[in-house]
Amino acid sequence: MSILVDKNTRLLVQGVTGNEGLFHTTQMVAYGTNVVGGVTPGKGGEWVLNGKLPVFDSVKTAREATDANVSIIFVPSRFAPDAMFEAADAGIPLIICITEGVAVQDMMRVRNYLDRKKVRLIGPNCPGLLTPGEAKVGIIPGDIAIPGNIGVVSRSGTLTYEVLYAMKNLGMGASTCVGIGGDPINGTNFLDVLEMFEHDPNTEKVIMIGEIGGNEEEKAAQYIGSKMTKPVAAFIAGQTAPSGKRMGHAGAIIEAGAGTAADKIKALEAAGVKVAKHPEEIPTLL
Amino acid sequence: MKLHEYQSKTIFSKYGIPIPKGRVAATAQEAKQIAEELGGRVVIKAQVLVGGRGKAGGVKLAKDPAEAAQLAAQILGMEIKGLPVRKVLVDEASAIDQEIYFSITNDRAAKKPVMIASAAGGIDIEEVAAKTPDKIIKNHIDPLLGLREYQARDVAVAIDLPRENVKDFVKIAMGLWEVYKATDATLAEINPLVITKDKKLVALDGKMMIDDSALFRQPELNEMRDTDEDDPAEIEARKYGLSFIKLDGNIGCMVNGAGLAMTSMDVIKLFGGEPANFLDIGGGAGADKVAAAMRIILTDPNVKAVLFNIFGGITRCDEVARGILVAMDEVKPKVPMVVRLVGTNAEEGRKLLENAKMITAETLADAAKKAVEAAKKGI
Repeated sequence: MSILVDKNTRLLVQGVTGNEGLFHTTQMVAYGTNVVGGVTPGKGGEWVLNGKLPVFDSVKTAREATDANVSIIFVPSRFAPDAMFEAADAGIPLIICITEGVAVQDMMRVRNYLDRKKVRLIGPNCPGLLTPGEAKVGIIPGDIAIPGNIGVVSRSGTLTYEVLYAMKNLGMGASTCVGIGGDPINGTNFLDVLEMFEHDPNTEKVIMIGEIGGNEEEKAAQYIGSKMTKPVAAFIAGQTAPSGKRMGHAGAIIEAGAGTAADKIKALEAAGVKVAKHPEEIPTLL
Repeated sequence: MKLHEYQSKTIFSKYGIPIPKGRVAATAQEAKQIAEELGGRVVIKAQVLVGGRGKAGGVKLAKDPAEAAQLAAQILGMEIKGLPVRKVLVDEASAIDQEIYFSITNDRAAKKPVMIASAAGGIDIEEVAAKTPDKIIKNHIDPLLGLREYQARDVAVAIDLPRENVKDFVKIAMGLWEVYKATDATLAEINPLVITKDKKLVALDGKMMIDDSALFRQPELNEMRDTDEDDPAEIEARKYGLSFIKLDGNIGCMVNGAGLAMTSMDVIKLFGGEPANFLDIGGGAGADKVAAAMRIILTDPNVKAVLFNIFGGITRCDEVARGILVAMDEVKPKVPMVVRLVGTNAEEGRKLLENAKMITAETLADAAKKAVEAAKKGI
């Protein structure tokens, strides 16, 4: 069992005929994900994957023909905002955007629009979702994780693979792995995913992988400390990163006192979370 | 990407925000000429992309053109926080009654743009924010609706702006919102926005940062990029689409993914080493990109060992191995190399590197330990 994606997922791929889109669609299908169609404007009526997967001109026509309930986006960054608006307007309730480098102001408009439509977005700039043994909706290599009862949520991509791999080597499996993405404005945050894991009967423990910047880890710590009954282990990347690019005075005013690894670790430990010193140590803390 | 004060103010002015008369100069002679044109007292301001210019002596008042030349010469010879001053802005001096802080920026927690204002503007604004946060007014903007005039009026009232200035303030706020939107800014800041002795509002200083992800639709701004102040290695890295930040340690790192790259640095430090850089080759990097990354790492004379940590997903380990071989052949590195390949095509990658005299490692912890040891011992 799992959250967000499983055997009942009917997946649509936006940007299915592009290099990345086609490569990962092949991988997702090989994993056993129920991919029902693809979208590339101007290529409606064509077929990909040796004539097994139909391509549509728009998300709306694709949804009408396939009854898709999840859409994954692989289009280049300048077209990604439009792809997200289109999926939301076509009535897709769950959108996963893999694309990296989406402009921040576009993301603010997308996020506020999707919130009003009550559409859930994962990403952008994320590795997507993996429910081992059921569905791979994204680019996480399928063979590095096994089914199990540990929920994994992460802001990072390859660092997540590192942790899934370490879990597998210890014989520990994942219920669902959610890559929420590393962009400052994204669709789904730690807090949202922790709530889903808390209510998922098949998730017994949770691993959370955060990094410096923003205050989402601090918000998550507050939730874990006050509401969460399941044990959580964590890792925060960037403990030695230089303080980096400051955003003038406004950044300091807006994010005063938040964002450093030390602050996040302190907040998590105060909430009873065991924080690992390096990523391979995380699974051993549960 | 950061813009200089003079660039920011030129943009402000295009959107109807009043700025002082003035121009940028690269020599004392030019500064003198501008001062002559302006007449009266002028302010000479160092144009460097760091804060704290005033406190470092980079902003001076000149009473006449001769003094303007003299002060410009002095400032043009300065370094501020390690950055040589290459240009100065020569502005007419203003008689100031009050300094206001006003900016529009992104509030990532709220997922919205936010207007920030304070009656206590000027160089100590961060201290004001820390000590008396109630003197800072924040007002969020709906990104789908845009800034509404009533919101700007609310802000004017909240900072006790004199009534006679409210109308102009609203114009400036609407102008700054247009600047923020049109330039894909992550920050558009006026500090100070002054009320002059003759009761006019003027944007005395300006600072802007532009979203790098939006530069594809901002060709004019892209041309304003000042690379004089960037580290040459960072410029080279940008050319290849590599994310690189130079640090002070002696262990070079090449990693795929920003989170894993930061983590690799953390683990090096955990085992007693110091990373020489942050370097993320990104997803799906080919051999040429890897070779470029390796050249960049090895131009740093402090580097005593290099750690390669690649967890293949989109990135294929055999491609990375090929890039390493190309670069080894070309650069002939004289420092030990520790390599760890896991994930997509790792087996093929390891095979390619079998004869390359590299130290191999299974886990990240193991790789970091070996790199720290190798940096101490050398080859």
